Order: sequence, then C-alpha cells, then structure tokens
Amino acid sequence: MIPVDRHTLEVSSQDEPRGLSSAKLDRRDFMKVLGGGLLICFTPTLAWAQESGRAFGGQQLPKDVGAWLHIAADGQVTVFTGKVEVGQNIRTSLAQLVAEELRVPFDAITMTMGDTDLTPWDMGTFGSRTTPTMGPQLRTMAAAARQMLIDMAAQRLKVDAQGLTAADGRVTDPQSKRSIAYGELARGEKLVKVIAGEQALTQAADWKIAGTPVPKAEGRDFVTGKHKYPSDITRPEMLFGAVLRPDGFNATLASIDTSAAEKLPGVKVVRDGDFTGVVAPDAFVAQRAVAAIQSKWTVPEQPSNQGLFEYLKANPETGRDDGPQHVAGSVTEALAGADVKVEERYTIAYIAHAPLEPRASVAEWNGDKLTVWTGTQRPFGVRDELAQAFHLSANQVRVIQPDMGSGYGGKHTGEAAIEAARLAKAAGKPVKVVWTRSEEFTWAYFRPAGLIEIKAGARRDGTLVAWEHHNYNSGPAAINTPYNVANQLIQYHAAKSPLRQGSYRGLASTANHFARECHMDALAHAAGIDPLEFRLKNIADPRLQAVFQAAADKFGWSHLKSKPERGFGIAGGVDKGGYVATCAEVEIDAGGKHVRIRRVVQAWECGAIVNPDGLRNQISGAIVQGIGGALFERILFANGRILNPHFAQYRVPRFSDTPQIEVVLIDRKDLPSAGAGETGLVGLAPAVGNAIFAASGIRLRSMPLAPQSAAPGEPDPAFRS
Amino acid sequence: MGDFVLNVNGSDVRVNASPEETLLSVLRNRLYLTGTKYGCGEGQCGACTVLLNGNATRSCLVAIGSAAKSKVVTVEGLEQNGNLSPVQQAFLDQGAFQCGYCTSGMVVQATSLLREKNDPSEEQIVQAMEGNICRCGTYPRIVEAVKLAARLQSKGASR
Repeated sequence: MIPVDRHTLEVSSQDEPRGLSSAKLDRRDFMKVLGGGLLICFTPTLAWAQESGRAFGGQQLPKDVGAWLHIAADGQVTVFTGKVEVGQNIRTSLAQLVAEELRVPFDAITMTMGDTDLTPWDMGTFGSRTTPTMGPQLRTMAAAARQMLIDMAAQRLKVDAQGLTAADGRVTDPQSKRSIAYGELARGEKLVKVIAGEQALTQAADWKIAGTPVPKAEGRDFVTGKHKYPSDITRPEMLFGAVLRPDGFNATLASIDTSAAEKLPGVKVVRDGDFTGVVAPDAFVAQRAVAAIQSKWTVPEQPSNQGLFEYLKANPETGRDDGPQHVAGSVTEALAGADVKVEERYTIAYIAHAPLEPRASVAEWNGDKLTVWTGTQRPFGVRDELAQAFHLSANQVRVIQPDMGSGYGGKHTGEAAIEAARLAKAAGKPVKVVWTRSEEFTWAYFRPAGLIEIKAGARRDGTLVAWEHHNYNSGPAAINTPYNVANQLIQYHAAKSPLRQGSYRGLASTANHFARECHMDALAHAAGIDPLEFRLKNIADPRLQAVFQAAADKFGWSHLKSKPERGFGIAGGVDKGGYVATCAEVEIDAGGKHVRIRRVVQAWECGAIVNPDGLRNQISGAIVQGIGGALFERILFANGRILNPHFAQYRVPRFSDTPQIEVVLIDRKDLPSAGAGETGLVGLAPAVGNAIFAASGIRLRSMPLAPQSAAPGEPDPAFRS
Repeated sequence: MGDFVLNVNGSDVRVNASPEETLLSVLRNRLYLTGTKYGCGEGQCGACTVLLNGNATRSCLVAIGSAAKSKVVTVEGLEQNGNLSPVQQAFLDQGAFQCGYCTSGMVVQATSLLREKNDPSEEQIVQAMEGNICRCGTYPRIVEAVKLAARLQSKGASR
C-alpha cells in the first residue's frame, strides 16, 4: 500500500513550491511533434527569458517551465498544462483566459492537459490552485505571445508595432486597414520564446471572453457517451486484471491456493510478494478468477468507530506536534473576565469520496518504456510512483490523464496504475484494471475523522474576547478564525489514524468551519444576540462581511423566525481565497425526529469570476455534495474492515435530498481570481446544524448530524434524515 | 460460453460470452460501447442504465444469457442522423453535468421517463431519477434539463 502523507498534501495545497519541472521534451522534439509554428513557454526564472529565438539547437527547455502555448500555421492554439480536468471545468475556464489575452476566439484553443510526456511538470490539481496560479501563468504567456505576434506583424507590414491592434486571431494596422492572421505569422516559423516575469494583463473589467458563461468545452461528447474516461480506454490485445484483496487492513497472508483460478480459461495468476493478481481475456473472467482464489489472512485487532475520537486524542502522531498554529494574548485571562463562555467538543466522521468512476488504469509496456492511462489528480506524482515501483527513470514512464469521473481530492495516488503496470509486465500485454465499488470504498483513502475542542468567550455586547480551538487529526486547513479575537490559542494535533486518510475537497476546512460556526452560533444564543449580527460585529474583513450580508439579504434572514417545525441557520467563512456564507432552512417533522433541508442560499465571492456558469455549477454542486457529510455520510469500520462499502449501505445525496438552492455570486472584477472548487462546501453543515438548533433547541455537534442509525457504541441519533 | 444475439442500437450483433456475464460488461468490453458506465455493479447508482426492450434497466444486473434476443439502446444510440435527442440537447443546453460520468445513465433514465410521461411534474422527475447518483451534485440542473427536454420533445412532436 502506498501511504498517503496527508500532512504533505495539506501543506502543499496552501503553499505550492515551484521549480521542480523535469520537462523532458527538448525544443527540437517539440517542434517535431508540433510541426513548426510559435512556441511560447512561461518560466518564473528570469535568466531563461533572455534565452530565446530562432536558433534552437536541441537544448533542453528551462527546468521550471509552468506551461507552454503553441500557435500553429492554421492559427490553432494549443495550451499545454499539467493541470487536469475532473469536472471542475478548468478545461473551459483556462481556455477562456488564454483566448482573452491572446485575442483569439474561444474555439481556437485546445487544451492539452495532464500528460507527463507533453505537458510541463505540475504538482497536481488540488487546493483550489489552478485559477490563482495556472490562470495568471497562462494569461502572462498569452499576453506575451500577442505582443510577439504584433511585433512580427509590424516587421512584415513595415510599420511601428505601437499602432497595431490584435483581435480575433489577427493583427491589424488601423491606418492601412491591412491585417495578418496569427496562423500566417506562424507559418514557416520554428520560433521558441521563453518569457518570464510581469506582462500587462487585460483588466477583468475589460474581459470579453473570460468572465462570460462559455459552455463546457467538448460538452457534446458527454451527452453522447463519446468522451473516453480512463476506464473507457482500450488498447490492442488488452487483457483485464483484478487484484486479490486482504481480509482487512494490515493483514498478513496465512495461506493461499490459486489452483481453481488458474484452471479458468486464459487466466494467469501473478504473484509478487504480498501482491496477488490475475489477468484474463475479459473482465468477467478476471473477476471470477480472483473470487476463485482461496486465501486466509491474519487480521490484527484494530480500532473501530466505537471510541474513535478518544483514540485520536490519546494517540498523537509522534514527531508531528508542531505546537500551536496561532497564539495571541491570554485565552485563560480573557475567559476569566468574559460575560459569556461556551466550551464544547465536536466530532467529524471518516467519509469516502466515492467518485462515480472508481480508480481505473490501463498500462502498456513497450520494452522498458511504460505508458499508463489513469484517473488521477497528480499525473506527475503517479509517474514518480510508477518509476519508483518498477525501478525506472521518470523519463521511461508516461502517465496520461483522460478527463476523469471526478476525484474530490480522492485520486491523488496511483494504486490502480501500479497494479495494472505490474500485471501488464507479467502478462506481456496491455492490462486494464478497474476497481470495483467496494474496492474503491475500502482500499482508497478517507477524509480524516476529527475531534475538535473549542472554548470561547465574549462580552455581553457581543465582542469576542477569547478563542481556543484544538483539532485532533482532521487537519489544519482553515483552522484560524476569521473573526477578530484578541486572545487566541489555535492548534492542530496530528494523530495516528486507524484508517488510511488523505486529501478531500476542502480538506479540514469543512471540519474546522463546522466546529467554529456552530460554536459562534452557540455564543450568539448565549449572549442573546442574533447570530448574523454577532458575526458581523466581529468581522473586520469587508469581503467576509459582504458575503454574509448578501446571503442573509437573499434568504430574508431578518424576517424569518424559527419555530419547532422549521429552523433557519447561518454560517460562513473564508479559505483558499474564497469567501462563503450559507443560509439553510430545515424542516423537522411533527414527531420531531426527521430533518430535511428545504432551502439553501449561498453567497460566494472569489475575486473576478472567470466563468459564471461553471462557477454556479461548482458552488451548487458543493452544496449538494456537502449535504452528504453534513447529514448522513459516514464510514463504519471495525477491526480493519469497512462495514458499509456499498452505495446501498453508504448513503450519498440523491435527487430527493436536494433542497431549493440559490447561489449569489459576487463578481469582484477589481480582485484577482481565486479557485472555487472547494470552499463552497464548508458553510452547509454548520448552517444546517444551527438551523436544527434554532428549531429544536437541540445542539448537534457531530458530523454527520442525522445519520440513519447509531454507529456501534453510540446513542441513537436525535434526528434522522 | 455461448453465442447470444442482441439488437443493439438498431443492429443485430452476435456475442460469444458466458451466459452469466453482465450486459454492462458485454457492452463495454466486447462491443466497445463505453458510453454506458460502471459505477457500482449493484444497481445502486444508475450509471449503467440502458433501454432494454424500451425499459430503463441497470445493465450491471442483467446477465447476457437472459437478455438474448433483446433490443438494447445505449446512450450511443440516442442520436438520430447526427442530431441529438431532445434529452441530450437539453442536458447540453442546461450544462447539466460536471465530470459527466453519470450523464449517460441520467440521459437514458430521463429518456425512458419522457417516453412514459411527456410532461412529468418535478416530483415525478425526482422519483424517476432517484436511483441515479451524481456525485458532483448537479441534480438541480438535471431536473431543469428533464423539464426542458419535455418541452423540446413536445415541440418536436407537434412539428
């Protein structure tokens, strides 16, 4: 099993280092592939910016190129980026940004993404980093390319470049009315330009293509079934693989008998240390063969849901206690003098990403060169995993990421890629491995469970004076409070997780917001102040003020009064550059046992909006996905086994769970664009919890809030959903 | 193993497979019709939905041995002469997808619904689509797409 280092992922999503590129194509290769034209590279290293021109003698491209852009003789523009499209719509939004700066129609752009042989190195697609980091890189490149084309046109037209304009894929001289298409300028050229540093970019207020609701690129292929996902890839002579799974986590193999499997037609059993897999001519026989293997495993005793949160607190991960994230003043002194004090603990269950497309890979060996098509958010990371597993250099491995059936942070790792490659090597033919749903539920990784303890105090007038927040295991993302508090102690405590855990859309931002925003609500009620007013009183950041006000206005907060059968709640926050405020209306049935979310209004602001339609889809989708973790999603486990690894047992949001959703987008054209894939998730659970309290007076402090049944050892839930 | 004849998207095809192999596996791995998706293999997610003799059916639960001589329509069979079906057009117009992996099953399920009810209420849409999962949470747009498809379909019929 490849361990997931959640700490690395958590840190890296906040602070992406640059300069680790291993661009393997040299200039000559590149032009051979592309057949001439203009190639523009972006690098953050200034030294390389000088190194450009027509004389490319086959030298390597700079090591830290972030992206490439190619203009062909027919005017078609191809952008190469290591980012991947997983449903968040960046294939469209990034192309809009390039089209805008380059002054070409949207349709002139093709995005080549997440192919380790063709695209520059990229750490991965996570942490809402694509829009704020790749966006500006592509814009800078496109702006430089436009200037280069204008300069080339000036030479051809023998006029001063200053007077020329670029629009719609052409450079025009307004004086003489003469114009030259970009393709014409590129024709016959083999020009490589490496650019760095600042370029004057088009202001968002002047955007004509960016900032508009361009429909999803290649959208037609998704309604006709033509789009090829990783699990749809086929190769000549391809065989199908399946892998024998242990009876539990950390199990050791006691005995194995593969003879029945080997008798099946065309089946080959592959054993390599702890790994046992099969290859077969078809997927059906591969599954039958793996089921026919008789194996006995010794599974050690391991923690279960029962007592999980005590376990997490009692089992710190050694060497990982980095001390408090944030300390200011004295919480103890401030609490002693506070008029209102609340001290509570909150818990968050493990949940699964359950992307509808499970892990899938096709691996093909060509001598000692390995090509793998797989669904991953980290194609270069998976390439390195493969290189390590098979003792290859990175140059011998190519990972191709066809736009996949999503990930939500759950596909950072290359398990299926390694399995397919191992089986393909043994079989001497390409092999496809597609995980079953129960494999995906069991052998992937989970969003970390967590225990959060908060004590906080305020003055009678609603001024926060003290805030102490401890997060055990779930993570440090958005752990710092966005509210003004003079005295703070905020600390994340890494713990030994009984289950394999890793990244998840929003990381621990959801858990930390849940605890913080429920606690804020409790303080407001204790102080006898309206929860919105209490928040606004303690917020200095006008952007956060603005989303709270916008959500509340649209929702009608000021004139809605909760009753036992209907409650209204509010919550919000900021993370990864996105500001969110969520209002929820819940309905509780006459018996007071069953809760339903009826209406959600969410205000969102992430700077200048690149594609309002895609953004609305992301934000609305985050709300719906958030319903699962808020109300009922939860992994049940005992002794190294997952007890609910099927959709029949692990409930996910469906059509009937979906409330009326209203999304209010605030377009700040004066601010840089931030990513929007994650933070839209964080407001829902606390808003719903606060609404349930407003209706019932019952404060729920565990996610999920209203599971279908009690976990082993837990009391019956107060509400079902 | 045995030979089974099916009519898939209007053409007769013969497949050689174990009678227990699922229709989903046959479509994807033997006929290369990969528009129909594997999501769970247990009839819980709807990604593998096809029309089997006109009825929306989870192809992961149907053994090929029991589907012989059946008429199967997959998402690839909905386009007519290069024109999208009303449901496909409506999903495209509404942008009713994110990653799109559930879209084939959604489109086929909605197609079946609109054959039974040409103007379904929102409640009927939710009820009919309840077995189809979209993990990206695009449900509100999908409901709007089904409503739009009903309008496109009735416009097409009255032409």
